[in-house]
Amino acid sequence: MANPSAVCNGHLHHHNHQKQNNLLKSGISKKNGITKGMKKNGVSNGTLYKKTFIEHFEQAPMYVAVFTFVGFAVGTIFGYLRDFMRAWGLEKRNIAAEREQQKDFVPLYQDFENFYTRNLYLRIRDNWNRPICSVPGPQFDLMERVTDDYNWTFRFTGRTIKNVINMGSYNYLGFAETDVNALKTVTIELEKYGTGVCSTRQEMGTLDKHVELEKLVAKFLGVEDAMVFGMGFATNSMNIPALVGKGCLILSDELNHTSLVLGARLSGATIRIFKHNNMQSLEKLLRDAIIYGQPRTHRAWRKIIILVEGIYSMEGSIVRLPEIVSLKNKYKAYLYLDEAHSIGAVGATGRGVVEYFGMSPNDVDVLMGTFTKSFGAAGGYIAGKKDLVDFLRTHSHSAVYATSMCPPVAEQIIRAMKCLMGLDGTTQGLQRVRQLEKNTRYFRRKLHEMGFIIYGNDDSPVVPLLLYMPGKIGAFARRMLEKNIGVVVVGFPATPITESRARFCVSAAHTREMLDTVLNALDELGDFLHLKYSRYSKSAHPELYEESRLELED
Amino acid sequence: LDFSTPRYLYWLFCQFELITCSYLMEPWEKVLFYSFNLAMLGLLLYTTYVCLAFHASSAFQLLCSFLGNPRENSLSVVK
Repeated sequence: MANPSAVCNGHLHHHNHQKQNNLLKSGISKKNGITKGMKKNGVSNGTLYKKTFIEHFEQAPMYVAVFTFVGFAVGTIFGYLRDFMRAWGLEKRNIAAEREQQKDFVPLYQDFENFYTRNLYLRIRDNWNRPICSVPGPQFDLMERVTDDYNWTFRFTGRTIKNVINMGSYNYLGFAETDVNALKTVTIELEKYGTGVCSTRQEMGTLDKHVELEKLVAKFLGVEDAMVFGMGFATNSMNIPALVGKGCLILSDELNHTSLVLGARLSGATIRIFKHNNMQSLEKLLRDAIIYGQPRTHRAWRKIIILVEGIYSMEGSIVRLPEIVSLKNKYKAYLYLDEAHSIGAVGATGRGVVEYFGMSPNDVDVLMGTFTKSFGAAGGYIAGKKDLVDFLRTHSHSAVYATSMCPPVAEQIIRAMKCLMGLDGTTQGLQRVRQLEKNTRYFRRKLHEMGFIIYGNDDSPVVPLLLYMPGKIGAFARRMLEKNIGVVVVGFPATPITESRARFCVSAAHTREMLDTVLNALDELGDFLHLKYSRYSKSAHPELYEESRLELED
Repeated sequence: LDFSTPRYLYWLFCQFELITCSYLMEPWEKVLFYSFNLAMLGLLLYTTYVCLAFHASSAFQLLCSFLGNPRENSLSVVK
């Protein structure tokens, strides 16, 4: 099997072919899969990757890790101090507590469990849950919020901050819009059907809109049939238990989304985790599964299913689909691909990672995706062979118990998908995909040049910028808001404790000026907060020409 | 980069605040933290001063004894 060797980016001590398990997380940039010069016996059996696959997971210098720990240590010490003061009544307690009569019972509110939330998260809590009061397009309006008692309570001043540039919404293709012409069909359907469905799919909740949408989704993806659900999270968590059960094996990626983890745990199957995007780890698990079988009885597993995502939203990395498909064919396992962030966002015509790698949708057994991210709606779908979808129609928990998707939302997806496929007579869909690609590449390239540490694949519109220190999380988000840019910062527990980051989601609706504004603000802020940790920044020379003039519009 | 301007010093102080999370602290916590840090720093400087003075003076005495004896020896040789 073609096994691309890691081309190191300066880390010479990692250059050994035996131990390739710690490839990506230890800061090596993998380059082109073509390894003709590096193979041992010189037999070239072609490559699995038809285009270059470049991912970056650079490690910061050592002093950054030291400072991060210093920050957390100081935070923890002060946390203990505050908890002590709260416990001994020297400070007012704002958290939930039992009544006086119940003090001797088994405690309801364990103080230590929420230590981190109470002491570290609370100090920077004003950067999350910010209410917005407009459509989450490329710019939005924020409600102004102040706190008088250091983030325990908030109050609204009544003013709105207008036209904040939106770098956090999953609006990849820009379909979250309020343009009346664009939403014409949605308004018609809203007036025809109303908003509620008031039933589940198996009772009276299957409308002709759902049938139309399912046929369209199947045509869009190039598969036999599809089924849509009202909620993206519930699509994963309710359908995985229908597909696997006890006696089956689930091989799930380290960094899978909570919905996949929940679905896997609910199913009752055995779960084994392989390292993030690491094919050697996956192959080892597959071999062990087939050789040793089930834990006690050593019988063969009833089913082996691999759960991966198209784009991982915290890392910005794209799944290594060709390798996984070849592994699955070799070891006769099934593949469940969650394309929540990648449908519409990657691929030449927006059809997701399957098209991005030039593969056929028949290679993947279960294609799952959501309509929340690129289509500006809500809900999810599962697509694949007709037998699979018919099985899910009868056996899925979602179909039996969950209300189906409401008609205006279904119409929004239909119009977005028709736009993407070009069925509405314009090339607007393709233009959006191209614009997103251009924006992504421009944004990532500029951030690399400035010297920030960016994770992920060069083609993914999710751009995590590493901040590392807990103090900088709050400072970064607040200062960006002062500059009228809304960003999403993430810390522990969504990311590893030392790798807190700011996550940008590039959209096709962002204009070049908006991106330039954001980039200039990031440049300034990067210098002020000292965030430019990268030791491999690309070009130190000034621009020789103005890039926008030479760019040829396609 | 001008290493002595007040702006650079302010920037350095901001970095210190961010790294040690004192940026996130309430004012009384900051007072506590800074006074603790300054006290520790003062203690460190005082200990350094005392120890260094002691070691420096003892080293100087040793050096003097080395210099002193050969001079006397050479005198005796000359005599």
